[in-house]
Amino acid sequence: MPIDRQTIVHVADLARIALTEDEITRFAGQLSVVLESVDRLAQVDTSKIPATASALPIHNVEREDEPRPGLTTQQALANAPKGGRDGEFFRVQEVLEER
Amino acid sequence: MNALPGSITEAAALLRRRETSAAELTDAALSRAHADRFNAWLLVADEHARAQARAADARLRSADAPLLCGIPWACKDIIGTKGLETTAASKILKGYIPPYSATVVERLDARGAVTIGKTNLDEFAMGSSNENSAFGPVTNPWDTTRVPGGSSGGSAVAVAASEALFALGTDTGGSIRQPGALSGVIGMKPTYGRVSRFGVVAFASSLDQVGPFTHTVEDCAIVCEALFGKDSNDATTMPLPAEDLRRDLARGVKGLRIGVPKEFFIAGMEKGVDRAVRDALKEYERQGAELVDVSLSLTDHGLAVYYIIQPAEASSNLARYDGVRFGQRVEGRDLLQTYRATRGQGFGAEVKRRMILGTYALSAGYYDAYYVKAQKVRTLIKAEFDRAFETCDAIVTPTSPTVAFKIGQKVNDPLAMYLNDVFTLPGNIAGLPGMSIPCGLSEGLPVGLQVMANSFQEAMMFRVAAAFERATKHHELRPKVAA
Repeated sequence: MPIDRQTIVHVADLARIALTEDEITRFAGQLSVVLESVDRLAQVDTSKIPATASALPIHNVEREDEPRPGLTTQQALANAPKGGRDGEFFRVQEVLEER
Repeated sequence: MNALPGSITEAAALLRRRETSAAELTDAALSRAHADRFNAWLLVADEHARAQARAADARLRSADAPLLCGIPWACKDIIGTKGLETTAASKILKGYIPPYSATVVERLDARGAVTIGKTNLDEFAMGSSNENSAFGPVTNPWDTTRVPGGSSGGSAVAVAASEALFALGTDTGGSIRQPGALSGVIGMKPTYGRVSRFGVVAFASSLDQVGPFTHTVEDCAIVCEALFGKDSNDATTMPLPAEDLRRDLARGVKGLRIGVPKEFFIAGMEKGVDRAVRDALKEYERQGAELVDVSLSLTDHGLAVYYIIQPAEASSNLARYDGVRFGQRVEGRDLLQTYRATRGQGFGAEVKRRMILGTYALSAGYYDAYYVKAQKVRTLIKAEFDRAFETCDAIVTPTSPTVAFKIGQKVNDPLAMYLNDVFTLPGNIAGLPGMSIPCGLSEGLPVGLQVMANSFQEAMMFRVAAAFERATKHHELRPKVAA
């Protein structure tokens, strides 16, 4: 199925990725070709076939919920982006508006 | 010592005869890594390596040092290393210094192996040519106008050009085996569930495995023995007892059944590749193996299944790169615009393409038609391998339909690029172990032979690979690299 510019813009928005005009055009063309090849899967009869999420025979691995040492505050904050740290906190732009 | 020995086993013997030291091996690897002309390294960690070498030499003076003690190795820069910058070859992670090491690194540290540095790759392991690195492409030591394969191109080249004695890579659709083939070294992907991914930058979590590049099958088994095993930090690792993976190396293939799927000998495969692989099959017959036809009729659909599941999982995994807790941040007028700008500028073109494709396949209205459909065909592909392994002990195929191609040749045609992995990605879909071993040259460039075995049957895979290696010596061919 061909994918149009409008769909690329919508999906890029869902993925939180800003694209340039040139990227929108290029990706629409390239992903249409990829999706066209992927669409051939419709030919395979899967009406009675369950889905496989993982090739592994194990599921629901559990362990005791015991406290163990983790990163210190300083370690956790050490890779904060430039301007992204305020004392013992990560700094982000405000997300709540004043009423 | 200017050059490194030809293998881990050779170096380990020299170390035990006191004819070299970990410090000397490490200096040789460091100087070769610094002299590298292929852009294989993103970081050479002199101080870290020398400190590890000193500790290894102390340990080697005691009687029972592990085989990997004092052996210099190269780490794909998608595997976290405590205190050493880890970027996944992405601008968005530039400057990121992990506060802990991946389990695989800890396992090698514990055995005294010496980390020389971090190797280049396609950004977030997305690519088959190493041209998608934010820090420039890696070139192939056999012909520097050509790609080394990808995504673990830097790791493959570090071993091919003898800048390290082994390397680690990650393989999601062929990212160890394909660069192994194109660069003329062994590249091996373990069974899904064998090796911990804890501390490895996640790409497509139902497909990713860590595995080694080496010069010999025995070296490959030695590194796997160190890597394999349950890790309580990765719930997908199987609780299996430690295994001697070298036990069957010398047994040969007489009486074994080797499966040959006709779907892997396609039109479009290069003649030189076809010839080298058919010669290899004849060699197996000569040694007394029985070649049996097996049918993997869904091979054609593997690529479609892969190019839904893999970008879908990646689009979810890479949601974490939002510029808040680590990595690069590009500030916009509000938080939403900050996310968009950070990801728009931080990710390269291929990563963005796959984020869009994956988000699309998971989005409302398309989820069943794409993602669930692909998971159902995945069930069928796995069942087909299960049936094939009822009639054979191993499957032998080409690793890649072509030898190393020219830099730039496929960058504007994603579908052509994706086809490089058509023979390797079925193994990831079904979770099977697979390895590429050198099987000769075509017009001066290496050809890879893929050996696959049933789940958790790595010892059988190594047995089959070793029989070929003993008889042919293709693995001793090296590119001409100025020392």
